[in-house]
This record gives sequence, C-alpha cells and structure tokens, in this order.
Amino acid sequence: MIIKNKTIVADDWIVLRLNEQGSAENVTVPEGKVIVPLQVWLQQRDALQQRAEIGVWLASAERPEDLKGDIHKFSVIAVDFPKFSDGRGYSIAYNLRARLGYKGELRAIGDVLRDQLFYMQRVGFDAFATRLDRNIEDALKGLTDFSEVYQTSFDQKLPLFRRAQRKGNPATDMINE
Amino acid sequence: MYRYDEYDQQIVDERVKQYRDQVRRRLSGELSEEEFLPLRLQNGLYMQIHAYMLRIAVPYGLISSKQMRMFAHIARKYDRNYGHFTTRQNIQFNWLKLEDTPDILADLASVEMHAIQTSGNCVRNITSDEFAGVAQDEVVDPRPYAEILRQWSTFHPEFAYLPRKFKIAISGGKEDRAAVYAHDIGLSVTKNVHGEVGFRVLVGGGLGRTPVIGSEICEFMPWQHILTYVESILRIYNQYGRRDNKYKARIKILVKALGIDEFKRQVEADWADLKDGPGTLTSEEVSRVTTFFTDPAYEKLADHDSQLNEFKADSRSFYNWMLRNVKAHRVSGYAIVVLSLKKPGSVPGDATAEQMEAIADLADRYSFGELRITHKQNLVLADVRQKDLIRLWQEATAQELTAPNIGLLTDIISCPGAEFCTLANARSIPLAQLIAERFEDWDFQHDIGEISLNISGCVNACGQHHIGNIGITGVEKKDHDEWYQVSLGGAEGNLSSIGKIIGPSFTFSQVPEVIDRLLRVYLRERLEAESFIDTVRRIGHAPFKEHVYATDFTVAEEETANKHVVVPAQYSVPYYSPRF
Repeated sequence: MIIKNKTIVADDWIVLRLNEQGSAENVTVPEGKVIVPLQVWLQQRDALQQRAEIGVWLASAERPEDLKGDIHKFSVIAVDFPKFSDGRGYSIAYNLRARLGYKGELRAIGDVLRDQLFYMQRVGFDAFATRLDRNIEDALKGLTDFSEVYQTSFDQKLPLFRRAQRKGNPATDMINE
Repeated sequence: MYRYDEYDQQIVDERVKQYRDQVRRRLSGELSEEEFLPLRLQNGLYMQIHAYMLRIAVPYGLISSKQMRMFAHIARKYDRNYGHFTTRQNIQFNWLKLEDTPDILADLASVEMHAIQTSGNCVRNITSDEFAGVAQDEVVDPRPYAEILRQWSTFHPEFAYLPRKFKIAISGGKEDRAAVYAHDIGLSVTKNVHGEVGFRVLVGGGLGRTPVIGSEICEFMPWQHILTYVESILRIYNQYGRRDNKYKARIKILVKALGIDEFKRQVEADWADLKDGPGTLTSEEVSRVTTFFTDPAYEKLADHDSQLNEFKADSRSFYNWMLRNVKAHRVSGYAIVVLSLKKPGSVPGDATAEQMEAIADLADRYSFGELRITHKQNLVLADVRQKDLIRLWQEATAQELTAPNIGLLTDIISCPGAEFCTLANARSIPLAQLIAERFEDWDFQHDIGEISLNISGCVNACGQHHIGNIGITGVEKKDHDEWYQVSLGGAEGNLSSIGKIIGPSFTFSQVPEVIDRLLRVYLRERLEAESFIDTVRRIGHAPFKEHVYATDFTVAEEETANKHVVVPAQYSVPYYSPRF
C-alpha cells in the first residue's frame, strides 16, 4: 500500500535495488512494473525503454538532470530518502517538477514517515511509500498538518503576500487615514 | 513591532497542535527517540545533561513587555524561576519536562511567539541589529526585511533538512552590529547612489570549529530579489553541501571548496529561473510590513543635559552608567538604554522571573512597552526620554540591572558550558564569574575601556570566542581535566577578525591571571586613547605572548571537592564533566 493523491491505494510496482554483486550493466531487471535505479536506466536504456511501463529512482546524491530528455518515458519517478535527515530529495523533487517539467507520478521511497509528508507534497511529491513498519493511515494525517503556508514552492506558485489581502498595522493605518 | 494577523496565528496554532501530537507519539512509544530527535530539534527542544532545554525564538531580538511577562510565567510555572538570554537574541529554559512542552508552546502562541526552527539543520531565527530603528548611523531599517525573511523561512518545505544549521543575520547601519561577517548569510541593507534600497550579500561566514569570515557574493542586490536570491543560495547548499562529516557540513566549507566565484556562478544559474518570478518581493508587501516598524509617538523634546550633568557630578555610579550603558538616539531628547545582565558574580545572560517582570514594567513605563535582546546577552530599552534616565536608573538598579559594563571587560559572552551541555569540555559560567569577580573594580574596567571577552566551553564556539578580543575555549586533554586555550585579536563589526591562539593552554584557575597579564601589556604599550584591539593590531601578538609565558603561575589550584561551590545556588548542579 502507498499513499497516492492523498489516498491509500494498492501498489504493484517493485523497487529494484542493486546488491553488492549486481552491477548496473549486468543486473537482470525482472518482468512487470519495475522502478530501476538511475544507473541501471542509463546502462540498459535501449532495452528498458521498449517496455510498456518502466519507472526509475534517484538516490539522494544523484542529479535529476541526468533524466533530461527521458522524462516522458517514465510512469513513475521515485526519489530515495536513505534517512529522514537527508534533505537532498526535496530539492531533487523541486527540480524535477519546476525545472524539468515532470508531470507524472513522483514518489518518495526509503525512510519516509508521517512528519515529512507535508513538506514532501509541497515540493512536488504526490506518492509516498511510507515505511512498512508504520501505520499508513496514521501517516496520511501528515499531509494536512498546516492549512496555510508563507512561501512559494511547487504546490503553491504564489507567496502568501501575493495571494492574501493582509492587513498592515491598524494603529498606523488610522494615522494615515 | 510586528503583530500577527490571522494567517500568522493560524500557522503557529497549527504548529502547537502538530507538536503536541508528536510528543504524544513519543511518550506512547510510537516514535523512537531517534525519529523524534529531528522533530524536537526543529522545535528548539534539546535533551541536555539534567533536563530538556527549550529555545524560544525572539525574531530579530524584538519583544513586547507582554511577551517578557510570559517568559516570567514560563520560568515560574515550568522551570526553576529563571531563563537564559542567548547570543542569537533568543531565550532558553533549562529545566523542563518533555510532557510540559506542548503547554509551553500553547502559552507562547497566546502572545504571538513560538520555538519554530530554533535548532535543527534548518534556517534558524533571523538576527539583526539591536539598535535597529533608533541608531544614529542607520541607513535603512532592517526590521521589515528581517520579518519578511522570517515568514519566508518559516516551514520552508525544501530547506528543513539541510546538511547543517543555517544562520542569517541582517544589519542596516553603517557600523555592523549584527556580526554579518560571521553568518552563513550576512545581509547589509543599504542604498545605492540613486537612493534605491538593496542588499550587500555575504555568504559562508561562521564560527564553530572552522571560523571563516564571509565572502561577498553580491555587492548590491535590489530589495525585490532578496527572497529569490536567498532561495537559490539555499538550494545550491542543500544539494551540494557535504553530509558525510558534520564538521564539514556548513555552507562555509562548500564555498571554500568551490571558491566564491564558482559558488556564485551556480547560485546565479539557479536564480535565473526565479528572477522576476512570483517569489519577487512587492512594494505593497514591504510597505505593509513597514507599517509595523514606524516610529512610536515621540514627543518633541530637547536634549536634556543640565539635570543629568548635575546628577552625574553627584553620583559616580550614574556617571559610569551613562558613559557605558546609555547610547545616543537618533531623535533628540531620547536615549537608548542597555540593561546589563552581566553584574559581576551573576551568570551572563540570566534573568529571574522577578527581574523579567520588573523589566517588562520598565519597558511599559519608559520605552513604549518594547524591548530588544542583544547578541551580547543584554537587554535594550530603545526609546527612553532623557528626562526619565535618572528614575529609570534608580528603578533598574534595584533589580541589579545597571552594572556599568557594556562593552567592558565584565560584559562577558559565555556559553552554558559543561554543567549543562553534553558537547562542552570545560565549564564556562563559573569561569566567567571568576574573571568578573577578579576585575570587578569599575575604575579599572573603565580605564581598560572597550574590550570583548568571549568564552566557549568547546570548539563549537557558542560563546563566539573567535571574535572576542580575548577568546577562551575549553579544550579536551587526555587526562580529562579542564583546560582552556586563550586567543587574541578577534573582533566583530566592520573590522571583523578571527583571534589567534597565543600558546599552550591553561588551567581553570590560571585563566584570570592570564587575562591580567594580557591587560598589563596593553596598559604598558597603549598609545593615548587606543583601545585594546587597536593595540593588539599595532604591536602584534608577540609582546603579549612573551609576557604571559614569561613567569610561572603561582595560583592555587581549585580543590576538586570544592568545584561545585562556584556554581550558583539556583542551578543546584553538582560539578560535572561529561568526560568522567
């Protein structure tokens, strides 16, 4: 189960992770819906792009620009969070959406927990493979922690000061009138 | 000062609710300590040696008397009746229970305050000039921009898990009073030859293990672009800052590694996509926020000399206080008053609940109900009528807030040190007290004149020892005892510099004698009216070093069994070193 578009849905994608023996050139990508590491995509691109459905995932040290030109070929792009405190994935997501124009499913994988979800959806994630040892219904609540935000990101193109009629200091306004 | 509207209040209220649930999940075991750690840090909550410590944000150091009274309430209800004002213009409470912290945040939210991003690897509280809006040398008031940056950085979704903490300071005077050279981003708001407002942007400054003076990345960035430009700096840092070693993770290391030119090229490549976009600041927004920082209802007054001069002639204490703690105001008939939290023998930056309430009363009576916290851990009443100075001095003296030592030897910056902090190698507060007591004599201090003495219990430099004219750092030695390095020649302000270590380290009891020897060289060598730092710059380190190490130290070493005696009673902390 994953969270997708703010609801809990079944999921049949497999995330392929290279183990110590496997190399990006030689690893056998199983049949079916597979999210492959970026390096596997780059090494086996010719074969993989023949598939009806393919996904790719980026490690936090990898660059989304490496997918430039291929963006439309993926049913899903995932970004891995090796640990909660590694925030590079937020900028990767922002760049995929805002700079590379990716419009498909953008999924957070790895150490993904309830309390990151609000920020993750703001930078462009719309799917969350939350950690399996945690209650996914509980995690869903993380998407609605705040009902208002100050600054722009991918989800909100206008800062609060361009969206809302905010009042100045009432004392000063009276003097001006 | 800035007041919350319904948006600000809603965001802070929702934070209290979110945090309360996080604490509930931690207490029920749903969250492990490891998972809770980054969450509580983003909310300023540390687990220290004895209890939880909560750091509360005081945006750019500005608070109301009502907010100060809330600190007194928190000190009484949840802590041991006191709080500690910090070098980043915040306040910390040291003796809290985890289960009380959601209620403390709710109390704070009721007076438009919070603890958001006061710790953790995120954009921290924005600091500024403690004399903003009233300084005679001000070019542009930095406070509206500080508030705009506060809002922009609050819960920024992309920059909550940076490689390391990120500190922004902003100043608007000709003299830098916000240490902009020692911040991850330092902003000087200024005007160009056409009278247009913009920012000189410095990046990659910082203290800590590797002290670096910031580099200029932009000479003049028009005000409209400041948010998007800062965003691009943070995006480059978030992607490329080192994460493999926490001691090499600050932006200064990245800027050094790339070189400022290449770093700037990357920032500007990112910024090309944001420039003139919707994140660009509007004149309407700047005008709106500026309405909160307009002048209070000043009376038309003449400078008020005769009575003050008479009283100064009668009272040496008042004379000294006027000389050191009262600063010129840009409006005639008014003065800026610095209340000292550095009475010799007291803990630098500490105030009791009773003092806080008295200070709030003074602010209401004499300074339009507002206060500032300084980066030297003192408090400021920014708008005092000169004709009220004598009465204010008398009332503040009753609260022990008028030590005439602002900018003098006993105006010591000190971190909490080994009694509180798990990082420290050595005690800081008792050393600050020992030094202050040794040099308590006011005539001596006034003769020495302008000098800064900063103490950190370890290399992480919370006491900013690198930019003290004299800096003291607790260092670890293999015998697990306390040792202190002494550095010389650090400075803040327009002529910022990093101090250099004078030689082998000293014991706790030797440090006051070391300082005495340094001062003797200064008294011997100084030219007329030359400050300590100017003498150091003119004659160099050698004469100081030579004199300090010329003769043996004869001071008796403190008995280990008595070490707790120098700790103030209110702490009730036994002597503690985390290394034992």
